Amino acid sequence: MTANRFSDESVGRTRRHAILRLLAGASALILAGCDQVSRSTWGPKVLKVGESASRAAQRALTSKTALAEEFTEADLSPTFRSNGTANPQSDAYQRLAQTQFRDWTLRVDGLVGSPKEFSLDALRQMRSRTQITRHDCVEGWSAIGKWKGALLSDILAAVEPSAAARYVVFHCADPMDAQGTPYYESIDLEDARHPQTILAYELNDKILPIENGAPIRVRIERQLGYKMAKYIMRIELVEDFKHIRGGNGGYWEDQGYEWYAGI
Amino acid sequence: MPQRSRYLRHAWPVRVMHWTNFAALTILLMSGFQIFNAHPALDWGKSSYAGRPHVLRMSAGRNPDGSLIGTTDLLGREFRTTGWFGASKNANGELSARGFPSWLTIPSMQWLAMARRWHLFFAWIFVINGVLYVAYSVASRHLARDLAPSRQDWRSVGRSILDHVRFRHPTGEAAKRYNILQKVTYLVVIFGLLPFMILMGLAMSPRLDTLLPGWIDWVGGRQSARTLHFIAASLIVVFVLVHVFEVIISGLWNNIRSMITGRYDIENAPVLTAQTPAEAEKPSP
Repeated sequence: MTANRFSDESVGRTRRHAILRLLAGASALILAGCDQVSRSTWGPKVLKVGESASRAAQRALTSKTALAEEFTEADLSPTFRSNGTANPQSDAYQRLAQTQFRDWTLRVDGLVGSPKEFSLDALRQMRSRTQITRHDCVEGWSAIGKWKGALLSDILAAVEPSAAARYVVFHCADPMDAQGTPYYESIDLEDARHPQTILAYELNDKILPIENGAPIRVRIERQLGYKMAKYIMRIELVEDFKHIRGGNGGYWEDQGYEWYAGI
Repeated sequence: MPQRSRYLRHAWPVRVMHWTNFAALTILLMSGFQIFNAHPALDWGKSSYAGRPHVLRMSAGRNPDGSLIGTTDLLGREFRTTGWFGASKNANGELSARGFPSWLTIPSMQWLAMARRWHLFFAWIFVINGVLYVAYSVASRHLARDLAPSRQDWRSVGRSILDHVRFRHPTGEAAKRYNILQKVTYLVVIFGLLPFMILMGLAMSPRLDTLLPGWIDWVGGRQSARTLHFIAASLIVVFVLVHVFEVIISGLWNNIRSMITGRYDIENAPVLTAQTPAEAEKPSP
């Protein structure tokens, strides 16, 4: 009897092992399948439906002009983390930095009635907004900083966008790879005209440091950090961004990140 | 010989939604691990720089010989987790720095953009499925009939706890109904844990922060919401482990069949009066 029971147990054990092996094999197969879907041409397109749904739902749920949360000085992060480029490695940028951006101008052109160039002093003399806001990085961390800058809506009003203009494209100074591909980003006019969308030239009551985007970085407080381009050289108004670089509206968007980064 | 009878335990919409939910939650968990890996730490407060120690952090250091060590800090305690968390083998079999190991993440390689696509797509599947499930459960009276505890259920709490710790399960007619612990657990998961997890996920969205000024500070701030999202997901994993354990010990194939074809076998209680073998063969009324 004992021998019999023992063999029953070992049969049970073999069966358990077989089931476990089957489960492990099945999950490895499913994982490999997910990797294949990720690398396919159709998979990412299907998954992208989620982005469109989130964008539509978020815009329906929240008002166009609702403000992102603002904080107090007590909430300020001790140092505002620099992420991505900390010092653009281009000769043109380095020359501008040597003279504290005295020779830098921001060109605003594209689908506008009167293209203009703004010096840093000109931006500083415009109406400004100061806000203590949280910067949410796509990676998962966040930091709180105090920003002061000119309202992008005022700059847009000055250049008189044409009726066809739908997006605002930020062309930046920082090369992102060995080929020198520069950073760029784009937002729509709704976000561009939002009251908290500013071209910041001050961080925590000091001149915006190079590691955080000097001479100006844009603040788009209702989207993730990568939308808030640093080292802006030129702002272009366009009807569509399909013809610009990878065609997805931004450097990280061309690497597969969402254009709408509200979530 | 105990007599068996088969009855329809789970209606087809419940079966379809159960497995849809399982698939969506699995993908959400694994793509969530990949997203976590982009910043393998959990913080508490309005930002990551609120001056508080990490709740959880996975990191990689080096031995004097240059080999990687995986470390996990949990509430100030440090654990060596090489091979599992902090540092684990990549596709080439080499140790590399990553939070969760590649066999637990979607996609398996470090790829935040793709993980977000999986996560934010299946989040919609999960939410739509959940809304349909609740609507169906109310309309079909599945909720009132099978899940809502009766007064009698509440009186049986003590016995049900004893039954559970002794791994004893009801048989016969009693097996047709969920027990009180089961009902409460399902209700807490369906109407508590899962909605809370969704809410904490949405609390990380900078756009949805504008819905009501400062609403995410109710739970301690954005980084707290990220931590709570992770804790809620962990509790769901615990629920699934207990659920699967109970499924196994209360009749694995019977339970699995009932969630695929809907049919569940119950053993009818033996009749206590003396009877001839021939009578015992007859199906009970």
